[in-house]
Amino acid sequence: MRVALFVTCLVDQVWSAIGVSTVQVLRRVGCDVQFDERQTCCGQPAFNTGYRNEARKLAQNFIRIFEDSDAEFIVSPSGSCTAMVHHFTELFPEEPDWRRRAHQIAERTHELSSFLVRVLNVDDVGARWTGRLTWHDACHGLRDLNVKTEPRRLISKVRGAELVELKNAEACCGFGGTFSVKYPEISVAILDQKIEAIEQSKVQAVVASDASCLMQIGGRLSRKGSSVRVLHLAELLAAQ
Amino acid sequence: MNHLTSETFHENARAALADVQLRGALRNATSLFGERRLSAARSLKNWEELRSQARSIKDKVLLNLNVYIEEFVRQAETRGARIHWARDGREANEIVCRLAKERNARVVVKSKSMTTEEIHLNDSLQDEGIQVIETDLGEYIIQLAGEVPSHIIVPAIHKTKKQIAELFTSELGIEPTDDVAKLTSTARTILRDKFAVADVGVSGVNFGIAETGTICILENEGNIRLTTSLPAMHIAVMGIEKVLPRFGDLDVFLKLLPRSGTGQRLTTYQSLITGTKRRPSDEGPEELHIILLDNGRSRMLAHPVTRQSLACIRCGACLNACPVYQQIGGHAYGSVYPGPIGAVITPQLVVFEKTSQLPYASSLCGACREVCPVKIDIPQLLLHLRTEISQGGGRLDVSKLKRSRFESTAFTLWATIMSSPSLYNASTKLGRLVQRFIVNKGQIRQLSKISAWLFPALKAWTNGRDLRPLDPTSFRSHWRGELSRNVDESKRN
Repeated sequence: MRVALFVTCLVDQVWSAIGVSTVQVLRRVGCDVQFDERQTCCGQPAFNTGYRNEARKLAQNFIRIFEDSDAEFIVSPSGSCTAMVHHFTELFPEEPDWRRRAHQIAERTHELSSFLVRVLNVDDVGARWTGRLTWHDACHGLRDLNVKTEPRRLISKVRGAELVELKNAEACCGFGGTFSVKYPEISVAILDQKIEAIEQSKVQAVVASDASCLMQIGGRLSRKGSSVRVLHLAELLAAQ
Repeated sequence: MNHLTSETFHENARAALADVQLRGALRNATSLFGERRLSAARSLKNWEELRSQARSIKDKVLLNLNVYIEEFVRQAETRGARIHWARDGREANEIVCRLAKERNARVVVKSKSMTTEEIHLNDSLQDEGIQVIETDLGEYIIQLAGEVPSHIIVPAIHKTKKQIAELFTSELGIEPTDDVAKLTSTARTILRDKFAVADVGVSGVNFGIAETGTICILENEGNIRLTTSLPAMHIAVMGIEKVLPRFGDLDVFLKLLPRSGTGQRLTTYQSLITGTKRRPSDEGPEELHIILLDNGRSRMLAHPVTRQSLACIRCGACLNACPVYQQIGGHAYGSVYPGPIGAVITPQLVVFEKTSQLPYASSLCGACREVCPVKIDIPQLLLHLRTEISQGGGRLDVSKLKRSRFESTAFTLWATIMSSPSLYNASTKLGRLVQRFIVNKGQIRQLSKISAWLFPALKAWTNGRDLRPLDPTSFRSHWRGELSRNVDESKRN
């Protein structure tokens, strides 16, 4: 099965191991992975800060690039960026042609865990990772894409891994894109609720499916000198 | 007492975060109400169905508001109510003051009403020399303290029991006590006397029924029953969006509102008031006045995206669920309506340029949308308002807004870079060169003064968190190397 990878700009530039792991996992389950180097950003930072004209421009680029791909599916290691692609239609209220194209692209685009479980019906990717870990439900994956059971199923099949649920697994980590630097004190106050729960859970790693949440959580853990690691789901699933 | 304003939202929020007592009170109350809401919602098997029904009733009303309002007015007038129309808060206050003066009113008792808070009715009445008494316990506490409510449903949510006890001792002269029963009975005794002497009772309205001209008000303390039945004149202030078509529509809303607000199956009292008393021997006020308030609502109605703002039934569930509200509470918003729905409706009700920070006071996590009993897509509305602020194009007057030229230039530049793979590659290469000066053992940590001045966003981030820097090797570099070739190798195998 041909899959076009939408790696996201954040993973591409800041956390390339997530992208590499995603490719490895997809290949392991039999996918032929394509990567178009013209891709950059889906436009979410602009969209979420109210710069819709800029977001439109990037959405149009995205649509053109992925229309060129003959891959049946577009897969991304980010719930938030996948959700943005699903929002593309809102950017073209008065352009039915672009709206149709945006809709077609959105239909092909899946977040990694839901692609594996819902589309491929795979929950065991042959991963091995020894230790206690917990899962953070990233907001857009959870509430925009309804991704909740899929990552848990995948994690439950990782040999050696013990999943502990956080009491506030579904609570926001406080990142919120530009919110994290517009109102940094509020962002960190929200984050500290998450950190408190992580510390109480006595885990070695926090796993999530968005690099942005992991940078937020990881940044605070690092500042506090915590030994808890942050790990993307793709990295966990690629581990053997 | 000086109240906080939305213009200083960021400073207000910082001060709130430093208030340990406030944060403790908020943490307890929001999690308690959140849990109660969840278990109340789960007590009904068809919760999701009810939410959809409620929303479709609201949508029907909002698309035909003129029809239902006219029917409501006709029916209410037939049954003896008098209807007044107010374009804005000033007009509404003038009407209430005029009516009160016609009665030579010296004391007005009020039941809890966010709509009268919205128009600052108490100030107007007091300016006329009329004493206003809030009769809801939470509102009474707030009035004694000279504050404003910090929650739509629980006005004194920010106060601890200890603070309330101290307030009663200093303001009412009672012996210091932390016995809740003693505190409430003190308030009760004082308020009973006020009901007896009040000339006018002022209330809000939860639902207005077009079919019968009935107004429905929900409460737990019995003070609304007294406010609306003891004084000779009852004035109800009602937002024009509160109309429901039929009496039967109440069913779904009475299931949703108490459960979402306080986690109750039903509030203790539900007052259904249809017109005035028919015979002199009947109980109840001689006059019922209903003031229909616009105050920016017809502007919300006119735009297909903002229209859903008017579906709100003021349950407060989104406040309890909001991670921002949970940390900073209601006063920091500097607006009558705080929290996610407050950040949506305040800029549309009040002068936009004074409240334009509020739509950004959200991480867009969507918890508000998840709990909203009428399925208002609050994140979508926040994004809509952010777009109006940055780029205009909607119904609000944004001409006086101070826009950040720095931010808009940055986004234009950013979009240009992101639209061109070669500029993208060049700028990330430049970023890798520059960051060498600030990366310290694999992280960007607290910045030096010069770096902080050069990179304000980085400074904002690194004040509380380390930042993962750009990877030495990007994903696309990996792809150009070994990674893409693996495809061919795996095919060969």
